[in-house]
Amino acid sequence: MKKFIDKLIEGLLKLSGTVTGITVLLIIVFLFKEGSGLFQSSTVEKGYTLLVNSENPIDKLSPEELKHIFDGEIENWKQVGGRDEAIRIFRFDEIFSIYTDDELGEDYDLIPEKLGEVIHTNPGIIAYIPQKYAAKNSRGIKELIQEKIGLSDYFLGEEWLPTATPAPLFGILPLLFGTLLVSFIAILIAIPLGVGVAIYLAEIANERIRKLLKPAIELLAGIPSVVYGFFGLVVLVPIVQKTGGLDLGETAFTGSLILAIMALPTIISIAEDALRTTPKAMRDASLALGANKWQTIYKVVIPFASSGIAAAVVLGVGRAIGETMAVLMVTGNAAVIPHSMFESVRTIPATIAAELGEAPSGGTHYQALFLLGAVLFIITLTISIVAEIISSRKMIKE
Amino acid sequence: MIEAKNVNFYYGSFHAIKNVSMKMETNSAIALIGPSGCGKSTFLRLFNRMNDEIPGAKLEGECLIDGNNIYSKSTQVDVLRKNVGMVFQKPNPFPKSIFENVAYGLKVNGIKNRTFIAEKVEESLTAAALWDEVKDKLNKSAFELSGGQQQRLCIARALAVSPSILLMDEPASALDPISTAKIEELIHVLKQQYTIVIVTHNMQQAARVSDKTGFFMYGELIEYTDTKKMFLAPEKEETQNYITGRFG
Amino acid sequence: MIQTKKIKEQIAFSVFRLLGFMVLGVLLWILGFIIYNGIGVISWEFIFSAPTDGMTGGGIFPAIVGTFYLIIGSTLFAFPLGIMSAIYTVEYAKNNWLTKFIRIMTNNLASIPSIVFGLFGMTLFVNTLGFGDSILAGSLTLGLLILPVVIRTTEEALKAVPKTYRLGSTALGANKIQTIKRVVLPAAFPNIITGLILSIGRVSGETAPILFTVAAYFLPQLPHSIFDQAMALPYHLYVLATSGTDIEAARPMAYGTALVLIVIVLLMNTLAGIIKKRFEKNK
Repeated sequence: MKKFIDKLIEGLLKLSGTVTGITVLLIIVFLFKEGSGLFQSSTVEKGYTLLVNSENPIDKLSPEELKHIFDGEIENWKQVGGRDEAIRIFRFDEIFSIYTDDELGEDYDLIPEKLGEVIHTNPGIIAYIPQKYAAKNSRGIKELIQEKIGLSDYFLGEEWLPTATPAPLFGILPLLFGTLLVSFIAILIAIPLGVGVAIYLAEIANERIRKLLKPAIELLAGIPSVVYGFFGLVVLVPIVQKTGGLDLGETAFTGSLILAIMALPTIISIAEDALRTTPKAMRDASLALGANKWQTIYKVVIPFASSGIAAAVVLGVGRAIGETMAVLMVTGNAAVIPHSMFESVRTIPATIAAELGEAPSGGTHYQALFLLGAVLFIITLTISIVAEIISSRKMIKE
Repeated sequence: MIEAKNVNFYYGSFHAIKNVSMKMETNSAIALIGPSGCGKSTFLRLFNRMNDEIPGAKLEGECLIDGNNIYSKSTQVDVLRKNVGMVFQKPNPFPKSIFENVAYGLKVNGIKNRTFIAEKVEESLTAAALWDEVKDKLNKSAFELSGGQQQRLCIARALAVSPSILLMDEPASALDPISTAKIEELIHVLKQQYTIVIVTHNMQQAARVSDKTGFFMYGELIEYTDTKKMFLAPEKEETQNYITGRFG
Repeated sequence: MIQTKKIKEQIAFSVFRLLGFMVLGVLLWILGFIIYNGIGVISWEFIFSAPTDGMTGGGIFPAIVGTFYLIIGSTLFAFPLGIMSAIYTVEYAKNNWLTKFIRIMTNNLASIPSIVFGLFGMTLFVNTLGFGDSILAGSLTLGLLILPVVIRTTEEALKAVPKTYRLGSTALGANKIQTIKRVVLPAAFPNIITGLILSIGRVSGETAPILFTVAAYFLPQLPHSIFDQAMALPYHLYVLATSGTDIEAARPMAYGTALVLIVIVLLMNTLAGIIKKRFEKNK
C-alpha cells in the first residue's frame, strides 16, 4: 500500500513537471490557431462588400488600393489599372440622402433595387455597402472579388491601419521596424554600460561598494514596468522634447532610454557571473608574469568570459524586445515606419496591449493581434535559444 | 642573490612564517621541503609578492633581491614579477595559442616588436625543451598539449620575460614520472643561468636537482644546508625524522 | 613605459567606477523622483478609501485589495505546482529526454514576454474556459508568469542542500519521500521562501498579464468572488498616467500609486535579503 502511495506521489510530481511544457505548447497552439485565422478572412470588413458598375474592367482591388481610394489619394480609375474615369465613392449612408424613406420601401426592402439604379447610372462608382443590401444578380452591377488577406499583406505590408474602412490594413512592417529600432538603440546604450558595470563589480570594486551596488541593481530589476513607463512619461519625455527641440518628446529614442535602463540588471548580473568564473590560477599566472590588474582583466578575464558576456547581451536584447508597458507609455502612438529615432513609433508588444481591448472578438483585427503575439513569441524564443547555444558552446570549450 | 632577513609573515592572526633567515646564491637551485602546511609555498611567494593579493597579509623583516628590499614603497610590483618568474603546481596556460601564451609576458610589459617577440618565443620554448614538439603548431590552442607539455609551456612563458630568478611551486606534482624527469633535467640546465627556488614534497626530487635544501616545519626554517649533507647527515633530529619518513 | 601601463590602468578603473556610480545614480534618480512627488500624497485616506472625483481624489484602496487578491491567487497556484515540479526534476528525474524537455520548456516559458501571457490568459481562461474577466483568470495568468521563476529558485534551493543530508537520512532507513519531506525541504526552505517573496514583488507590478484577464478601471464595490473583476495597482497607475478624464489633476494620485508600488518592491527585496542573511548566519 505504501509503495502505491509512493508511486502516486511520484506520478503527481512528474505531472507537475510537465506543466511548463504543456503551457508552452498550449500557448503555441492558441496563438497560431487564432492568428492563422486571419488568412482565412477576407480583406474587406466582415459583412460588407464592394460594388462597381458592371462595365468597370476592374475585378478586384488590394487593401492598399482601397485605402488610398477611400482616402481620396487615388482619384481616377486609371491609377489602379482601369479606364480613365474619375472615381466616385459611394458610402451606404448616402442612399438616404438620394431617396426618401418611402422610396426605399417598408423595412428598406427596396434598397437593393435603388442601389442598383445608383450604381448602374454611375460608371465611375465604387459603393461600400452591407452585404445584405447587395442585389447580386442585377444587371449593371458587379461585385468586386473578395480576396483573402495574404501573407505578404501581413508580413510585408507597410501600413498598419486596423480600423480603416472598407479594408483594414494589417501590414506589420511599421511595428517590426519600431520594435527593432527601439530595441537596437536600447542595446547600444545598455551594452557598454552593463558590461562596464559588470566588470566593475566583478573585478574592481571593493567589498563595501559591492555590498551597496549589488542590492541597488536588484532593486532596479524589481521596479515594475509601468513605474518605469510613468517615470519615462513624466521625466524623460519632456527632457527629450526640450533638448531635441522636438514637437513631441514621445519618440523611439525615449523608449530606448527607458528600455536600456530596464535591460541593464539582466546584462550586469549575467555578465558578472561569467567574469567571476574565471579560474584564479589563470589570473595568478597573468599577475606572476608582471601584468597589472587591468591588463589581466582585459587580456585574460574578459576573453575567458566572452561567451558568458555574449549570452548576457542576448538575454538583455530579449528582455528589451518583449517589454510592453514602459514602451507603450513613452514611444508615442504612431504605427508608421520611422525615418529617425526621434519620431514616434509603436512596438509589437505595445500594439497588442493598446489595441486588443478594442478589437471585436473573432474579427480580423483580433486575429491580426494574435498573429502579432505569435510573431513576438517566435522572436523571443529564437533569442532564448541563441543565448542557450552561446553559453553551452562555452561549456564545450572547457 | 636572494635573501630573507628575520622574516615573519602573518595571514591575519595566523603566524605563517616564523623568523626565517636564509641566503640563496645566484645561479644555483635551492629546494624547500617540509610537511604539508609548513609554510614553504607561502615563503616562496614572498619573493614575487604574490601574497599581496591575500587580504590580511602582513610582513615583518626584510626580503632582499641583490641587496634591494623588494617590499619597499618604491618597488614596482609588476617589474619585480617580470624579474622573478613563477611556475605553479598545476599547469595554467591561458586559453590562447601556444605562441600567444609565451608571448603574453612580453606584450604586457610593453614589447611590441614582432620579430623580437617571435625570436624570444622560440628561444624560450627551446630553453624549456619544448620547441621541437610544438614548432609546427604554434597557433594551436595550448589546451591541446599534454599535462607535461603544458607545464613546460608555462616554464617557457615564465622564461620569455628574461627573469633572473625562477620560483617553482611543486612544478611536477601534477605530472607523470616521465614528464617529471624531463622537468628535473630542465632544472639542471636552467640553474646555470638562473637562480631557481623549488618547493617540493618529493625528497628524492630535492636530492636530485638542488644544490642546497631548506627544511621547513610549522613555519620555521629548521635546517638549511648543502643538499648532499642534508640527506646524508642532517644536523637536526626533526630533519632526520622527516627525511627517513617517520612523519610528514 | 611602466608609467603608461599604470596610467592606462588608472584611467580604465576610473571609467568603470564612473559607470558603476552612473547606474547607482539612475536608481536614485528614479526612486528619488517618485518618493519626492509621491510622499505628500500618502495618507490614511489615500490607502484606505476608494477613488473619487473621476480619480482625482480619494484613495486607491480597491486597487490595493485587488492586487492583494491577485498575489494570493497567483502564489496559491504557482507555488505548490512549482515546488512539486522542482522536486521532480531535482530529486527524481533521470537524465532522459523528458527531463531535458522539461528544462528547455521551463527556460522558454521564462523568456516569454508578459504580453503574450496576457494574450494566452485571455484566450484560455477568460474565453475558452469561460471564467470571464475575473480574479481567477488573472491569478492563473500571473501564476503561469511566475511559475518558471518559482521552479528555478526552488531547484537552486534543493540543489544547494548537501548530498550528505540525503545520504544520512537514507542510511537511517527513511525512504525518498520522507527524506524530502523531513530533511531536504526544511533545509531548502529559506531559499524557497526568498523565491516566494521575490515573486510577490513581481506579481504586484505586472500590468500586461492582467490587462485582458481581470483589470478594471473603476469598480463601484470590492470584488466578492473569484469570478469578479478587480482593480489592481499597476493597471491603476497606467490608466491614471495615460487616460482618464483629467490627467493633470490625477497626477498626484499617480505618484502616490507609483510610490506604493515601489514600497512593495523595496519591502519584498529587503525581506528576501534579510532571510538570505539569516540563513547564511545559521549555516
